[in-house]
Order: sequence, then structure tokens, then C-alpha cells
Amino acid sequence: MPDKHLSSQFDSELNSVSARVMEMGGLVESQIRQAVYALSQFSLEAVETVASMETRINAMEVEIDQELSSIIARRQPTARDLRLLLAFSKATANLERMGDEANKMARMVRSIIESGAPRSLPSSDLRTAAELASGLLRKTLDAFARLDVKAAVAILKEDDLIDKEFDGFVRKLITYMMEDPRTISPSLDLLFLAKAIERIGDHSKNVAELIIYLVKGKDVRHTALDEIESAVL
Amino acid sequence: MNATATVTPSKNALELRNLSFFYGKFQGLRNVSLNIAEHKVTAFIGPSGCGKSTLLRTLNRMYSLYPGQRAEGTINFYGQDILDPKQDINLLRARIGMVFQKPTPFPMSIYDNIAFGVKLYESLSKSEMDDRVEWALSKAALWTEVKDKLHQSGLSLSGGQQQRLCIARSVAVKPSVLLLDEPTSALDPLSTAKIEELIDELKHDYTIAIVTHNMQQAARCSDYTAYMYLGEMIEFGATEQIFFKPERKETEDYITGRFG
Repeated sequence: MPDKHLSSQFDSELNSVSARVMEMGGLVESQIRQAVYALSQFSLEAVETVASMETRINAMEVEIDQELSSIIARRQPTARDLRLLLAFSKATANLERMGDEANKMARMVRSIIESGAPRSLPSSDLRTAAELASGLLRKTLDAFARLDVKAAVAILKEDDLIDKEFDGFVRKLITYMMEDPRTISPSLDLLFLAKAIERIGDHSKNVAELIIYLVKGKDVRHTALDEIESAVL
Repeated sequence: MNATATVTPSKNALELRNLSFFYGKFQGLRNVSLNIAEHKVTAFIGPSGCGKSTLLRTLNRMYSLYPGQRAEGTINFYGQDILDPKQDINLLRARIGMVFQKPTPFPMSIYDNIAFGVKLYESLSKSEMDDRVEWALSKAALWTEVKDKLHQSGLSLSGGQQQRLCIARSVAVKPSVLLLDEPTSALDPLSTAKIEELIDELKHDYTIAIVTHNMQQAARCSDYTAYMYLGEMIEFGATEQIFFKPERKETEDYITGRFG
């Protein structure tokens, strides 16, 4: 965070917790990338890696929350310091949920591999969406580190794109299932996968909204995109 | 540079316009304009020497005691200008009471501490005065603690009780405005909490202006907050806004402890 406090101890506490949040974000990002890799290569090894990262991410969420409550208790932060800490707390909750979704993706990939007929399904469409979602998280973490409101708004727009991909994919799956009932079970796995990807995008969007909240002091949750644009840009 | 008061409450007890203040050649206040809303708590914060106590002292012409100090501009108090030289200062101070940083009970009994001021403005019978003393002490949340020792010296009370006695003394003459100049800076956290509770109670009947170095106190108990620096009012607004998302960077730097 720019600008120094009178208390350099306070500065170093804020810097330390910022670094931890970014570290957690990086971890979640690579977990999602592993899940995407597991999906594109149908790799059981990658599935295991995703699962093993989960524990670390969960522990980080708890540790960061402890740091945050300790800062709040001892410093009584106000204005942008207060908004920063609230945003951190919510951002880590969203990151942790993204980790859960990545884990869900890995479980689905395992189930598809074990069902034995992975190649006959339109999983390549999903890879595109999954890459979109993990790219979105990278951009979100970037915008958070730079407190970039413009980038945050762009992320909100991009999430809409992922949502549209999801809708299209669901329609496609339905045709597959109607054509050949034997694909129903693996299709359902794909559907859950697609849902997990869509949720990852939503969590990125939540974090992007927090950036706007932090910088502008405006709560833009549940607000139409054009309204947000005219209010903060 | 000076922010203008943009908050428009239902009714104003005091309207300050282009208020400047001079200690001889030194200018302590520069063109301050703001409204102090009726039956609300308005807090003044800022670093030492920013003019917040000076501003409070102009509101009941406390400075008139000192030669060489003068104020310019206007302070409209329900239609009359406080700074008007023809203003009756004694009557003014009965309507705009003040409580100071250190408790200043008179060296007399608790009862007389309250009755003393009342006698200057009103002639009450013994029973009326008893009622008034009880009423004022109850208003200041002190009655139950002192009702059995009204004739002990005011100085025998604890610091927090002494401060509440001073508030009771101000309230006893039924002012419309109470000025509190760092009323809790010499008190422990429990007494401070009691005074803050009291402020919340009193604002139903009085307009309150409080100067405090304790920003959390301003955040806790005021409705509006003014941030002052070097004699200027930098920002004035609803307390919630000032402590959550102030408009000006100077205000934010100060309340977040980045001021240096």
C-alpha cells in the first residue's frame, strides 16, 4: 500500500497481510491451472496435485483471517485502511471458494477418466472456458495489487462472457444427451465441471467488485454493469 | 482550500460564516463556514494547533476575556449574531454552556456547584432549586451516585464524576448548546464511556459541539465531523462518511494515521 503511516509497525502489518493475500491468490491460480491441465490431458497425476493444494489454501484463509482480526483489534483502522482489511477478508473467502471449485473440477475429471469414455465428449469447449476463468483470476489479482478500477470493470465484463459460454455449453450437452443416452452420465460430470468453471469466474467478479469498493468506497454488488461504469469510471 | 458545509440538516443551531480569528497578529481561524445542526453532535478533529478549540471558544465568546483577540465573520445563533459587540455575553454563556478538558468543579458542595450558576440567572425557591439540582444531576447521570452526599465538596468526587458534575452544572441553567472541549481526555475508559453515553442522551435536548483528540470518540458519538488543519476547515460531513470514505486526501491521511 502506498503512503506511510506514522506507525511503521502498522505499515509492516498491512504489507505482510497484503503479501499473504497475494500469495494465496497465486496458489489458487496455480491450483486452477492444474485443474485445467487435468481436464485437457485427462491426467490423474494433475488431479492429485489439485487435491493436495487444497489443504494449504484452506489453512492460509484461516491464517489471513487471524492476521486481519488482530490488526482490526489493535489498530481500529478507518477509511481506506478499514476498506482494505474488509476487502482482504472477503477476497480470501472468495479465493478459498475458488479453490473448492478447482477441487470439484479435479474430482469430476477423475470420475470421467474412471468412466472410461472421456474422448467422445465435447470437453475441448470446456478447456477454452476454463482457460478464460483462470486467466480472469490472474487479471483480478493483478488489478487488486495495482488497485486498478478500470481493470476491475473490464473483469466484470469478461465474467459475463464466461457466463454466456456456460449457457451455450449446457445447450450443447443437452443435444449430446438426447442423441445418445449412454453419454448422460459423463455429460452430467461435464455439466458439473462447467458449473465449477462458471463459479470460478463469479468469484473473480466478486473480488473485482471488492477492488472498486476499496478504491472508490462504493459497494457495486448487485448493480448493473453500465451503472457501475458510469459511477466509477 | 476551505471546504464549505454541504450538509443540510433540518435546522441549524449555529451558522458560522467566514469566521476568522486572530490572536493579535496570528490568525488562528481562516474563513470557516459551517452549520451546527440542532440536536445533533458535531465533532471537531484535527492536530494540535489546527484551530478546533479556538473555534469552540468563539462560539460563546470565551475569547472576549483576553485583550488582543478578535473574531471576524458571523455566527448566527437563532437569529442573533454572537460576534455582535452589543451581545450580552453573560446571557449568551447561559445559553451556550461549556465544559473543559480538566474537570473544574467549584470548591464548594456538590449541591452548590449546581445551584451557583442557576442563582445568577433565576430566583428559585428552595424546593424549586432542589428540583433543579436533582434534574441537572440526573441529566448528567450522576444523581444516583451523589444523592446521599449532596453537601460534600465537589472536589471529593472522582475525576469522571467531577466531569459529569461540570456537565450537570452547564445543563442546570438550561442552555440550548453545550460546548465540550476534550471532555474525556483526562478520564479513564469507564468514565469516558459514561460521558459518551451521556452525550448521546443529552443530544435529544441540546445541540452539542465537541472537540476531541480521540478520533474513535468522534467516530463513536458524533453525527457530523469537521476536520481542521492550520486554521482551515478541510472537510465537513456526516461522521460515517468522514470515517469511511472522506472526500479529501488530507482528511483520510489524518484519520488513518498517515499524517506527518
